[in-house]
This record gives sequence, C-alpha cells and structure tokens, in this order.
Amino acid sequence: MNTDQKVISVRNLTKKFGAFTANDSLSFDVYKGEIFGFLGANGAGKTTAMKILCGLSYPTSGEIMVAGLDVYKQREELKKNIGYMSQKFSLYEDLTVFENIRFYAGIYGMSSKEIKAKSDDLLQKLGLVHARNKRIGELPLGWKQKLAFSVAIFHNPEIVFLDEPTGGVDPVTRRQFWDLIYEASRNGITIFVTTHYMDEAEYCNRISIMVDGRIDALDTPERLKKQFEAKDMDEVFLKLARKSNYQE
Amino acid sequence: MLPIIFAMPIIQLCVLVFAATFEMKNTNVYVVDRDLSSHSRQIISKFYGSPFFTVKDVDFSIKNAEDELSKDNVDAILYFENGFGKAVDKKEHASVQVLVNAIDASAAGLYNAYILSVIQDYNLQVNSKIQSVDKNNTVLQVKNTYSYLFNAEMKYIPYMLPGILVLLITVIGLFLSAMNVVREKEIGTIEQINVTPIKRYQFLIGKLIPFLLIGFFELGVGLIIAAFVFKIPILGSVWLIYLVAFIYLLTILGIGLFISTQTDTQQQAMFIAWFFMIIFVLMGGLFTPTESMPEWGQKMNLLNPVAYFIKIIRMIMLKGSGFMDILKDLSILALYSLVMLSFAVNRYRKVA
Repeated sequence: MNTDQKVISVRNLTKKFGAFTANDSLSFDVYKGEIFGFLGANGAGKTTAMKILCGLSYPTSGEIMVAGLDVYKQREELKKNIGYMSQKFSLYEDLTVFENIRFYAGIYGMSSKEIKAKSDDLLQKLGLVHARNKRIGELPLGWKQKLAFSVAIFHNPEIVFLDEPTGGVDPVTRRQFWDLIYEASRNGITIFVTTHYMDEAEYCNRISIMVDGRIDALDTPERLKKQFEAKDMDEVFLKLARKSNYQE
Repeated sequence: MLPIIFAMPIIQLCVLVFAATFEMKNTNVYVVDRDLSSHSRQIISKFYGSPFFTVKDVDFSIKNAEDELSKDNVDAILYFENGFGKAVDKKEHASVQVLVNAIDASAAGLYNAYILSVIQDYNLQVNSKIQSVDKNNTVLQVKNTYSYLFNAEMKYIPYMLPGILVLLITVIGLFLSAMNVVREKEIGTIEQINVTPIKRYQFLIGKLIPFLLIGFFELGVGLIIAAFVFKIPILGSVWLIYLVAFIYLLTILGIGLFISTQTDTQQQAMFIAWFFMIIFVLMGGLFTPTESMPEWGQKMNLLNPVAYFIKIIRMIMLKGSGFMDILKDLSILALYSLVMLSFAVNRYRKVA
C-alpha cells in the first residue's frame, strides 16, 4: 500500500433521494493497490456510494475524484479506468463465456488477438477451458461470479469495484474468489469491495463501516478491533450497527 | 424466441391474406316470395346462379325469414309482395323489399349493392324486351364504361398483401425494439454496460442492426411468398422497396428504442407499444382508405409511419412507381427516422 498515491479521493459526498439522505457527507481516500472494504448493514448506503464512484449515478454534492478524474466532468473517461461487478449477476446469460469476454473487452478497445490470448490464459487459470463455448446461463453461480470478476478486470483497470461479490456463494468458492482478488491486488489493481461477511472484512487492508449513510469507522481491521475493544470484526460491526436509527 | 420471430409472420401472411377479405362470396339470402310469378321466379333464379349468394330458403312467411335474420343465419331477406309480377307486366311501379343485417355497416352496404345489381340486371332485361316490342318508343340510356387502372380486375389480394407485409415488419420491429433495452434494465445487464465507456449511439446502433436484419429477412420472405404463392407481379424495383424498408425500419426501431429507454418494465413498454401500434395500423390505410378519414385524422397520419410505408409499397408493387414518384413521402420518413433515433439516443441515460 502506497499512501502517497490516492486512487479515490472523496470529500463530503452527499446523495439525497427526496427527503432521504442515502449518503451523508462521506469523506475518505483509497490508496493505490490496497483492498478497501466498504461495510455496512443493508440500506446503509454502500451501493449508492459505489454507483456514484463508478459514474452510474449523480451525487447531490461533494468533490469526488476517481483514478485522478472528476466524476462530474470526466465520467466517460473515468469509465475506461475502472471495472465494476454488480450485486446482481449481469453478464449476458444468452451469450457464451467467450462471447461475453470478447464483447466487453471489445468495448474497451482491446484487439481480437489480445482478447484471444488473454482469454485463453484466463480460462486456463479458472479451469473453465471446457466451458469456453457454453452459455453463461448454464454455469453454476460460483463460476459465474468468478467470471464476472475476471471480466471486470480483463481490461486491466486501475480500480475495480465489487458490490457484494460473494453473495450466495459457498465457502470454498468464496475462498477461491478471494485468491483472485489478492492476485489482482498484487498486479496493482486497487480493490474497492462491499461485503456482509465479517471474515472477508479481515482480508481487507482497510475497512470503513457505514451506518445510516455516514462512515462511522475507518481503519485497518486490527486497529478497529482495538479501538472498539472487540475480539473480532463481527463484534465491531454489531457495536456500530446497533447505533442505527433504523433498527426494527 | 428465434423460431417465433421467423415463423409467426409467415403464418400470419398466409392466413391473413386469405381470410381478411372484403369480397363477398358467401352472402346468405332468405327469399320470401308471395307473388310466385314468373318475374319473381326469374329474379330468384338469378340469385341461385350467382357465385356471391347462397339462397337459404324460399318461403311464404316473413316471420320465418325474420327469425333466421335474428339468429344470424342469413345476411339479407328478399321480399316479393303479392302482385309484383302483375305490376311489372302492366309496366307499373313494381317493388322488391330488401332487408339487410347492418351490424357490420360496410358489409351491409356491400350486400345491398350486390343485391341491387342483380335486380338491376333483371330490370334491364325487362326493359329491353319492352323496347324491342315497342320500337317507336326508344328510351335514351346513358351507359357508363370504365376501366380500373393498376389493379384491373379489382383483385383483393394484390391490394391487401403489401399492406399486411408492412404490418408484419412493423410488429416485429416495434415490439422487439421496445422490449429490448427495458429488458436489460429488468435483468440488470444494462448496469454492466453503463459502467463501460461505450458511447450511447454505439450501444443503440448495436441494438438496431440485428432488428434491421430480421426485418429485411421477413420482408424478403414476404416478397417471395407474394411473387410465387400469390402470383402478385412486383412491378417496381425490389431494391427500391428495400431502400424504403430500411428507412421505415429505422423509424419504427427508433420509436421502439425510444419507448424502451423511457420505461422501467417490459409491461409498460408493451402497453405503450400496443397503444401506438393500434393507432398506426387502424389509421394507416390497411383496411380503410386514408383519404376518407376526417381532416384531423389525415393530419394525424402525417405522423404515422405505417401510412407512409403502406402507401409507398403499394405504389411500387402495383403501379411500378420509381424513386422520383415516392421521393416526397420517403424524405418525410427519413426525417422522421432521424428525429426518432436522436430522441432514442438522447433519452438513453447512462447515469441515473
């Protein structure tokens, strides 16, 4: 982690839907090459903030720079430098594995030669060579998620945003998924990930915890545990989440 | 989905062209003959002889006839009063009553006209007999002669088929495109697209091309069926038809994609597409001549792409019109397509 190089810089990000404030004056930095965990209960505003950082949604106010680019003015330029994997699986299920890769890589302007070579390596690595020409809809969820992640970083972006990437996936596949994340991180891709699993939070270099649209804590997992006098992240999370006004 | 897209229009074309006909071939007539003269018999025999009529029964009772009419078993009643024959012989005013089921007004008009022409025919026969007997008393008669241009035999199929072809292309184009982008919104794939640097026009061109090809394919199949199954001579250039179809499809797809970008669910998109479809088709001149619509209706038709294409394709296929003949309508259509496509590109938002 290199604290000199900010990949994401957010100052006072606020997003309102009518009277409801989904993100209340968020400020944080993400540094190059780190794995940044974005935690919070359902409805805390994680996805909203992430969509703004990806240029999918307009912020109400705030200064936001991603990959050195302004999300207001340079949104399309910014999109060349990021990858995104949504909460809901969103590759084309009617297309084959290779067709999906070729399609998305094509949008980022990669040559077909490059696409072919890189996708062969990728499928080899994932052990999906036999599934190259299978329709994605036929694959099990775990494979789909690994593919979705691989497609999101196929064009070698500076940052990849992962919105609950391991939801509904079995523990073994989750572990494999995190191996992929580590590998991407080693290759210099900054990871911005939201999750519900507190064991996954421990894998992150730094985490922020959102409660009711605000960031209530931001530090390394070790320091957070110390700060909240908790034995694990679970406890930290529960202590913070209990403060929420939206308890049922 | 693919077999549906391709098989549906072909089946529709074959079924609709044969079934949706204005020609009256099976008009059921009930005859009430209280006269039983040679004159009434001769008229009735003309109805027996006509291919357009089926004489259901000949009876004395008007009551029975009216019952049959109420039950919808017959379409018209022909009623001869006692004394009809005598009146004819005496050269007095002789009348036949015709009762027509007019629930379908346009059909009733046709029944009436057909029946009258049969009776008229008999009139002439009787008149000429009288004239030949009484040579000094010549009656001046004005006779119309006419010829129908471009569809000399007034055949129904050459008139209907091009219009139905337009209809089929429209259905496919409008519905597939209207459902398309909104479907991606529903299943979530649009988000993955929106996060890429793809340009909006690139995305929509990608959507246009496959639908254009499907439309072209169906037009081709339709024209082949027209030429070889229905033996309709295509007088104009097939390339010109394709040029018009290209511009027309851009318009329809533009409208469809615009609907798709503006809606959130496939249901909404379907509803709106239907709304326009019905208006376009019923006002488009497929079944009823646009010239007989009220003026405001004709003005509305300036915005009806279906009306333009039906008009142009009939001109090319039946009249052999060339590029210059259709230029004005084609330019309007081209302008229309540009407007709709730019609306679609403009209203497609990558950012919410």
